[in-house]
Amino acid sequence: MKRILTGVAAAALIAAGAAQAEGVKVGMITTLSGGGAGLGIDVRDGFQLALKMAGDAGAAVDLVVEDDQQKPDVAVQLADKMIQAEQVDVLTGIIWSNLAMAVVPAATAQGKFYLSPNAGPSALAGANCHPNYFNVAWQNDNLHEAAGAYANSAGFTNSFILAPNYPAGTDALAGYKRFYEGALAGEVYTQLGQTDYAGEIAQIRASGADSVFFFLPGGMGIAFMKQYAESGVDIPLVGPAFSFDQGILQAVGAAALGVKNTSQWSKDLDNAANQAFVAAFQEEYGRLPSLYASQGYDTANLLLSAMAKADVADQDAFRAALEEADFASTRGDFAFNSNHHPIQDIYVREVIQEGDVFTNKVIGVALEDRGDAYADQCNM
Amino acid sequence: MSALLVAEQVLNGLQYGMMLFLMAAGLTLVFGVMGLINLAHGALYMTGAFACAAVAAATGSFWLGLAASLAAAASAGALVELAVIRRLYARDHLDQVLATFALILVFSETTRWLFGSFPLYLSLPEALSGAVDLPGGLVYPAFRLAIIGIGFAVAVFLFWLIGRTRLGIRIRAGEADREMIAALGVDIGRLYTLVFALGAALAGLAGALVGTIQSVQVGMGEPVLILAFVVIVIGGIGSIRGALVGALVVGMTDTLGKAFLPQLFALAMEPSAARAVGSALASMLIYILMAAVLIVRPQGLFGARA
Repeated sequence: MKRILTGVAAAALIAAGAAQAEGVKVGMITTLSGGGAGLGIDVRDGFQLALKMAGDAGAAVDLVVEDDQQKPDVAVQLADKMIQAEQVDVLTGIIWSNLAMAVVPAATAQGKFYLSPNAGPSALAGANCHPNYFNVAWQNDNLHEAAGAYANSAGFTNSFILAPNYPAGTDALAGYKRFYEGALAGEVYTQLGQTDYAGEIAQIRASGADSVFFFLPGGMGIAFMKQYAESGVDIPLVGPAFSFDQGILQAVGAAALGVKNTSQWSKDLDNAANQAFVAAFQEEYGRLPSLYASQGYDTANLLLSAMAKADVADQDAFRAALEEADFASTRGDFAFNSNHHPIQDIYVREVIQEGDVFTNKVIGVALEDRGDAYADQCNM
Repeated sequence: MSALLVAEQVLNGLQYGMMLFLMAAGLTLVFGVMGLINLAHGALYMTGAFACAAVAAATGSFWLGLAASLAAAASAGALVELAVIRRLYARDHLDQVLATFALILVFSETTRWLFGSFPLYLSLPEALSGAVDLPGGLVYPAFRLAIIGIGFAVAVFLFWLIGRTRLGIRIRAGEADREMIAALGVDIGRLYTLVFALGAALAGLAGALVGTIQSVQVGMGEPVLILAFVVIVIGGIGSIRGALVGALVVGMTDTLGKAFLPQLFALAMEPSAARAVGSALASMLIYILMAAVLIVRPQGLFGARA
């Protein structure tokens, strides 16, 4: 232990001794292995694409990327290392809300900026909001609120709802119920990272529901969708875009066709920033971007917009520059609420097939200029 | 709570139990016959799953993939036995745990290096995709029924092999007295390699079957390994019958507990609290069961030695 500490101290000295390059040092902690890897890889690739497209301005960002393996303890260690040894100015990248809850409060308390490209737990949007914490994606509840609003308009009155038992899962079901007006045929929390859903599917079959709302991001969603398709249950599915993102659709295939899902972003949104992003992403990586990629891309562009206006060493000026959100978002209109969470439109998408690729297309708007339910509780 | 729901959950428990049996059978043979604690059994499970995924993707045939999973896991098992495990029989359990834990890391990193960190997904074979109608209006996925069938077939095969063949007699003799059977002219080294490869092949088969309905990824074996140890502790170390009964008991307890305990508590408590207490208790259930078995019968349900 002592030897490790000495090593860390030596590394810190070396890092401190090295001449600080001009620009901003960014530490990205994200999930690059295991069932949640698809999300982290997309966030990282979107972020790096934006830096590359920005040319010299992007080159001023010194980016360090590390894999948190979707484990809170690993994420905390990485954050400590990045803050103390590598002396980053800005942290970003965390996908999972339980990891965000473990890292973000400590990082912002140490005077670092945290720009969230994904996780937006309710606790950080409300009473525990922080001036240095910005969420570029959404507050966790948002897409689920939109799904609830969509379920009403689709005439569903008896939903079976399920989500993993972690902060984003409880936020998801709370969000759905906030707007959904019908009855609940069942409400189930699964284990985070669960890969067998036979028991839950049996409950769905027996529940007599007219719709199933589920929030299962990454590998969980793939396993659930595949098993649901094989089970012979044909109750319509409703979900947030996380349950039908580009990665999940490729693995699930035709079983998802026609399913409605809600998202703040879609690859067919008609604005110049988005068209440039989708084309460049396909060119660079040879695959379609997911909403996670768009969030990583927007996060990098927000950072670049603030860097153009202020020096990160001047925290107040840099924070003010971030608050302006003066960048061209792939989502079109984008502004920060008083709690540093987005105000944006949330769309309804449908899963379609283009050639041999499964993807989403926008069919309507579920919620316009939606902020979140927790902004009132935030006093900064 | 309808009878159909209960019946479907019982089938789910049966399917889960059969999957655990395939894992536990190999583990209990190796532990019983050779006295070896093999933590790398989960790595062989993963090897089978990846072999199936790779061959199925390359050839387009799930059945070739399944055959490849057996072959790959068995040969990986034989190789590991010859290269590493062989040196551990005389050592104590701590050395075995350390060495086989190292094997987990070696297998995981090699697999990550070959296939990447991103999970692979298999398509079900045409003949077994979709759901089938069972008597009484029950609808159940065909592939899960097939897993139950394969599990029973493997159980019958193992009972025959251990109880009715010359090889089985040698395995049982090796379990009872290693020196004596060697003195009688049986090549004990080759016997051990064979048993280890057999156990590995069963783990590989389990990995391929489970990987097909869930996902194939690095580290998929370790959670199952823990449960397989629970199974052989409950069933009795070295006993195939114990592994079968233990696996079915654990599979049923876990599935039915998760499905019905929260509802049971909801009769007496408010729904959200009942759900929390019920799910927490459900995930503890198999360990409580194991503790209870250890108190009443420390050698396990079918274990010969105390």
